[in-house]
Amino acid sequence: MSDVLSALPGLPRDVDGPVFAEPWQAQAFAMTLTLHARGVFTWAEWAAALAAEIKRAQAAGDPDTGETYYWHWLATLERLVADKGVATRELLKRTRDAWDHAADRTPHGMAIELHEADFHS
Amino acid sequence: MSEHHHHDHDHSELSDTELRVRALETVLTEKGYIDPAALDVIIQSYETKIGPHSGARVVAKAWVDPAFRQALLDDGTKAVNTLGHVSRTGDHLVVIENTPRRHNMVVCTLCSCYPWEMLGLPPVWYKAAPYRARAVKDPRGVLADFGVSLARDIDIRIWDSTAETRFLVLPMRPDGTDGWSEQQLAELVTRDSMIGTGLPKQPETAL
Repeated sequence: MSDVLSALPGLPRDVDGPVFAEPWQAQAFAMTLTLHARGVFTWAEWAAALAAEIKRAQAAGDPDTGETYYWHWLATLERLVADKGVATRELLKRTRDAWDHAADRTPHGMAIELHEADFHS
Repeated sequence: MSEHHHHDHDHSELSDTELRVRALETVLTEKGYIDPAALDVIIQSYETKIGPHSGARVVAKAWVDPAFRQALLDDGTKAVNTLGHVSRTGDHLVVIENTPRRHNMVVCTLCSCYPWEMLGLPPVWYKAAPYRARAVKDPRGVLADFGVSLARDIDIRIWDSTAETRFLVLPMRPDGTDGWSEQQLAELVTRDSMIGTGLPKQPETAL
């Protein structure tokens, strides 16, 4: 795994490997490793797509500090998932909105669970 | 600042980024590409080294500096900010101290309620519903699972994080550490001791 990760120049890391500033970053990271291990994309494809995403963001004025790195990571993951025919952007958007609805109706302190009804409201 | 982000204290809240990550996880799970349990294993292998363990440094400073300790208990966010740590706007950090009579334990099922910039990633068990449910009903049982047994006369208090308040436990300084430097003391402060599911390391085991 250290081999594939070394192909990513901007990855926030310490001597032992990647470091995460927020929990969702680790989620996105782990999903990417899993999709790669499943052969959904090669690591070269991932690195190229991430580099392209960062380039686009820089062109749009992103300072590209370590803080924004995982935003680009997440955008890349969404893009590749769509490009590889795993899930359309429309489905991701609908599911995102359903989670938003689920979070809204969940009292604080309870685990947020997604129900079918969250897709129809 | 825009005004559209209305804070409602009665319900859970997830940022747009968190929602998108959850959506990906849901869709990829349903389509059989990922297994959430396997994902947790990957995350777990990183969790101990995630983020700077700022919390340990804050605790160690409170142990050696009474004025800082008081400031920390009065207003956690403000006191931590004087150390140059970064804190998210709107988050309120409340530090609660353990005493010989009272042990504190923190629960919440949302990782966004966890002071991760102080403690790194929340452990998988912290996010699990059983931990929260049991911590409230049977705190001594939960502590026993973590290998901690407290004297019967010690009161155990459970703190349930609210949407904008996150708790950090200030554990008691272990005996036998007189004259230790802040840096040495910080080595004794474990993540679990700042959640309340553990105690700081003892000087003899830390060596």
